[in-house]
Amino acid sequence: MSGALLEVEHLSMRFGGLVAVDDLSFTARDREITAIIGPNGAGKTTVFNCLTGFYRPGIGRLSLHRGERRFLLERMDGFRIARDAGVARTFQNIRLFAGMTVLENLVVAQHQKLMRASLWSVGGLLGLPLYRRAEAEAMERARHWLDRVGLVERADEAAESLPYGAQRRLEIARALCTDPVLLCLDEPAAGLNPRESAELNELLLSVRAELGIGVLLIEHDMTVVMGISDHIIVLDYGRKIAEGKPDAVRRDPAVIKAYLGEEESEALPPEIARDLEHRS
Amino acid sequence: MAEAALPPPRRVHWQSLLKEAALAAGVALVLAVPLVGFETINVNAVLGLRTRFGWVAIGVAGVFAGRILLGAARSLMPERRYGAPRLLLGRRHTTLAATAAIIFALALPFLPFSSRYLVDLATTVLIYVMLGWGLNVVVGLAGLLDLGYVAFYAVGAYSFALFAQWFDLSFWEALPLAGLLAASFGIALGFPVLRLRGDYLAIVTLGFGEIVRLVLLNWVPVTNGPNGISNIPRPSFFGMPLTPHAPHGITTFSAFFHVPFNPGQRIGFLYYVVLALALVTNVFTLRLRRLPIGRAWEALREDEIACRALGINPTTIKLSAFAIGAMLGGFAGAFFATRQGFISPESFTFIESATILAIVVLGGSGSQLGVVLAAIVLVTLPEFGRGLAQYRMLLFGAAMIGIMIWRPRGLMARREPSLRLHPPRRGGG
Repeated sequence: MSGALLEVEHLSMRFGGLVAVDDLSFTARDREITAIIGPNGAGKTTVFNCLTGFYRPGIGRLSLHRGERRFLLERMDGFRIARDAGVARTFQNIRLFAGMTVLENLVVAQHQKLMRASLWSVGGLLGLPLYRRAEAEAMERARHWLDRVGLVERADEAAESLPYGAQRRLEIARALCTDPVLLCLDEPAAGLNPRESAELNELLLSVRAELGIGVLLIEHDMTVVMGISDHIIVLDYGRKIAEGKPDAVRRDPAVIKAYLGEEESEALPPEIARDLEHRS
Repeated sequence: MAEAALPPPRRVHWQSLLKEAALAAGVALVLAVPLVGFETINVNAVLGLRTRFGWVAIGVAGVFAGRILLGAARSLMPERRYGAPRLLLGRRHTTLAATAAIIFALALPFLPFSSRYLVDLATTVLIYVMLGWGLNVVVGLAGLLDLGYVAFYAVGAYSFALFAQWFDLSFWEALPLAGLLAASFGIALGFPVLRLRGDYLAIVTLGFGEIVRLVLLNWVPVTNGPNGISNIPRPSFFGMPLTPHAPHGITTFSAFFHVPFNPGQRIGFLYYVVLALALVTNVFTLRLRRLPIGRAWEALREDEIACRALGINPTTIKLSAFAIGAMLGGFAGAFFATRQGFISPESFTFIESATILAIVVLGGSGSQLGVVLAAIVLVTLPEFGRGLAQYRMLLFGAAMIGIMIWRPRGLMARREPSLRLHPPRRGGG
């Protein structure tokens, strides 16, 4: 049994009159993949932005457990959430350092460690061995993740020159280079073809097994969600309407209603229909 | 506007070409009538007006004919993609060119064609090279558009002048202090503009540059206002002044080396001082770029939000870029003060900021060698154009437009990765 990694309690976020997230509570566990799904505009990305410090929630407590320490994310600056609490994220519209090389993207992600090793640049300027060793380690780590996402060959090319799917993988690798305890992925399968989606599934499962970290996932691609999630939270209009194991969630009438707008329906959304067919 | 209407290659579309030429001639006419068409003259001590419509007609006809010729030549030549980054030099050639440039710079005062004027001009070029490399940290690497860079140049120059005046510090003692002071001004500018980017940042930095200049101009008790500060001490060679005579107990440079005094020695010495400062600046910035701080600057330029999501504190990264850039500007300023021996706020106007920014942009943001080339072009072009008297700024403008047409991303637009996983392929493509 794994421990609670992230506890979200009574999170609410409003923009003027619009309530984007309404009294949301859930728990994400260590070594589990927790998926947040819901129709467009359900408030999924808002939850992520609150977790990673881009928004400051009006109400709610977001506590993250890292080892013995507990971080209250709602009070922390975005960069501290990533640096100290160990929450890494990717973005719905990929945000790579486009003009820099693939390798550099991964090394920038290890900034804090390298900065310390370079004695805030003084030691690095003098070329001290401490820094050289740290740089070599950082490159080794980058090579490891590049190997895992199949981009070693393209390490020295500009990130913007990669095809779309590779950019998504690179962004995940970059987030993993920060040594996170919680990895938040905002629609990692968007724009991927079925083969790439399957590879993504494999990557996420192996990352979870290998690093023992928690993964929080926003996704529309049901093959990804149903295939790898341990726990699913369904949002609609900012409210949690269902929660549980994939099988239970899929049969939940409230979920079907949220996706279809009515209770009884012959036409399931294509992704769910395909998935049901696939599983039965 | 011309590119969009470019006809397919190897055929001349006379109709569209004529239309374009007429348009260009029309623009020329509108511009030329007030600018060239009228001339103010002195008629018995009263201001009179003379028209020169003949000149206007010649100019407009010239533009019309030139546009047709240019268009025809373009459509007959094989098609070329404009704006595509083409390299002036490959990687190995770049190293070679840099080495050659350093050797040439070291030997310059001893070359047969060298003269005092040339060495003096080279000194000016090197000051701008230093400034360009300093601003490159802020603009080229960190992507923070700074239109008030001259403020740090001024802070460096004035701090050395004032330290020398009040505390009797020599150039070498005051140099690090001038750098530190400029760096703290950089941080002072950095704090209020942390949240700004792009155009807004440019406006605030522009204002900052002007504020510093106006303070220098109006704070008469300290800066002596518009009259400036004179008698700024010259740098010494390990304590030996480069003067014909020295006070009792101090050996002059010429006496120590048993050579007759010659004012050229001082100019040569100043040249080597700035060359050394420039080379140190170059090594310093090149190394910084390969350190985590340099990569963080570039990451900040590429995407600030992603930086935050990776645990990088944008505040410290921005402030460090401002501070380092300002410090390098301060060093250049201190050297400028000691070289001129006299400074006044007039040396630190907005046009200086614009020139330095032009050097960085024309050089190709982020390229060290590009900055050198651009500094040579921008500093020497007006000098060599002196023979053309009032038309030299015309030549200058034309050259800038030319560079932007043929090398829109700068003379040496090329980004060398700060580290590599695989050894570079040979030939340096």
